[in-house]
Amino acid sequence: MTTVTTTTTTTTAPATAAGQLPRVRRRRRLSPGRRLPAARLAGPLAVLTLWAAASAAGSLDPAAIPAPWTVLRTAGHLWTDGTLPTDVLTSLERAGYGFAIGLTAGVLLALASGLSRTGEALIDGTVQLNRAIPTLGLIPLFILWLGIGETFKIAIIAIVVYIPLYLNTHAALSGIDSRFVELAEVQGLSRFTFIRQVVIPGALPGFFVGLRLGVTGSWLGLVVLEQINATSGLGYLMFQAQNYGQSDVILVGLLIYGVFGLVSDSVVRLIERRVLAWRRTLSN
Amino acid sequence: MAPHTEQLTRPAVQLRGLTRSFEGRTVLDGIDLDLPAGQFTALLGHSGSGKSTLLRAVAGLDHGVAGSGQLTAPERVSVVFQDSRLLPWRRVLENVLLGLDGKDAGARGRAALAEVGLKGRERAWPGELSGGEAQRAALARSLVREPELLLADEPFGALDALTRIRMHHLLRDLWQRHRPSVLLVTHDVDEAIVLADRVLVLDRGRIGLDLTIDHPHPRSYREPVLGEYRERLLAALGVTEDHR
Repeated sequence: MTTVTTTTTTTTAPATAAGQLPRVRRRRRLSPGRRLPAARLAGPLAVLTLWAAASAAGSLDPAAIPAPWTVLRTAGHLWTDGTLPTDVLTSLERAGYGFAIGLTAGVLLALASGLSRTGEALIDGTVQLNRAIPTLGLIPLFILWLGIGETFKIAIIAIVVYIPLYLNTHAALSGIDSRFVELAEVQGLSRFTFIRQVVIPGALPGFFVGLRLGVTGSWLGLVVLEQINATSGLGYLMFQAQNYGQSDVILVGLLIYGVFGLVSDSVVRLIERRVLAWRRTLSN
Repeated sequence: MAPHTEQLTRPAVQLRGLTRSFEGRTVLDGIDLDLPAGQFTALLGHSGSGKSTLLRAVAGLDHGVAGSGQLTAPERVSVVFQDSRLLPWRRVLENVLLGLDGKDAGARGRAALAEVGLKGRERAWPGELSGGEAQRAALARSLVREPELLLADEPFGALDALTRIRMHHLLRDLWQRHRPSVLLVTHDVDEAIVLADRVLVLDRGRIGLDLTIDHPHPRSYREPVLGEYRERLLAALGVTEDHR
C-alpha cells in the first residue's frame, strides 16, 4: 500500500518519532476503479473464442452446436439465395410497425393521463389492468379477432411496446418538480409552451427508460409470434430449421436477433446521450 | 439621490383587508398595505409569520388557499425564488427567455445576462453554474420581462455570505436602472436595512412595524446610524437584548 507524506496534523497514524511529520496511510479504495476501454466486449469475445476452440478441437457435436465458421457459411448461403433478406425484411417490418404504433400510443396516453385528471381517471387504471395481463396470453384472442395475418402480429408488438413506454413516461411526468410548474405559472406560459418547455423535457429521462424496454420487448414479441404462427420471417426460418434439424440455421437466426437487439439498443442510447446532454453536467 | 419621486404617489400594489388561512389557522389577518410604484420594500418576519404567504398572494400563486380581501397588482410581475429554479434541461439563455417571445427576445435576453455579469454563459447548462451564477441568471430572467413589480422570496437565502454581499449590490444596481417596485421577503434584518427604503415587519398576520429608512445608498452594515434601525426592527421581531 502506498503511503504519502502530508503536512496535516489531524491523522490517525501515530507519529513515528518526535519532530517527524506523521504519515497518513491512503485509504483502501472501495470503488471498482477506472473503466477499461471497450471492456464490455471482453466477455462476448471470450465466449466466442471458447466456442471456436471447442469446435476446432472436435469436442462439440456439430449437429447440436455447429462451429462458428459453419454458421457464417450458412448465413452466406441463405443470404445469396434470397431467403434471408426476405425473412429479415419481413421481421423488421413487423417490429417496425408495431414499435411505431406502440411508441405513439404510449407517449400520447402518458401525456393525456399526466396532464389532465380526467385523462388519468380514464387511462391510468386501464393501462395498469392491461399490464397485469401477460400480453402474449392475448395471442389466441387476437387471432380470433384479427385473423392470423400481419395485423394481429403488429397489434401484439404494439401492446408489448406501449406498456413500458406509458409506465415510465407517465411516472417521469408526474414526478416533474412542482416548483417548475409554479415557475411556468409565474412566467405566464401558455399550456402549449408549458408542455413543450417543461413537461416533455422533464419526462424525457423516463421516456428513454421506457423506450429501451420497449425496443427489447418488440424483439421478444417478434420471436414468439414468428415461431408459433407465421409463414415468413426470421422466426419462421428458425422453426423450419428445427423440423429439418439444421442447427446452423437456428444459430444464424439467433445471431441476427441478437444483432438487431444490440444495434437498436445502441441507437436508443446514442439518441439518449445527445438529447439528455444536460444530465451529464449533473453527474460530473 | 432621493428615491422618493412624484411617481411614488401611484400605488403599484394595494392590499385591503387581505386574509389568508390554512386549515383554519389564520396566517394573514386583514392586511392593508400600499406599495408605491418604484419603491424598494423589504418584508421581515419570523419563519411562519406569513411573509411567503403574502408574497404568493400578490404573485397570484396561492391556488386553493382560503381567504378574502382586495388585492391589486400590476400587469407585469416577476418572481425570484430562493432557489434559482432554472430548468435543468434548457440552456441559460433559453431559461432567461422562458415565456418571452418576439423577434428581439434573443437580444434582450443576452443584454439581461450581460447586465447580471453572465455574458458568455448563454450556452451553459444550469447544472454548470455556481449557486451565485444561477441566482444571477434567475434575476436576468425576471428582469428581461421589464416587470413593474419584482417579488423576491428570500432570493439570497441559499447563497454563501460573500456571494450574498455581491448579489445585494447587483440587486440594488438593477433596481436603480429599471425602477420596478420591489417586495423583498427576507428574515435577515441586515439585508433588509442595507437594501430597502422601507421595511415592514409581519407579526402574527399583521404589519407590526412600517419603517422608512431614509439613508443614502450604498449602505454598509457598519454604519452606526443603521444600528438604530436595526434595534427597532429587532425589537419589533421580539428579539431583545437578553436574547442576544
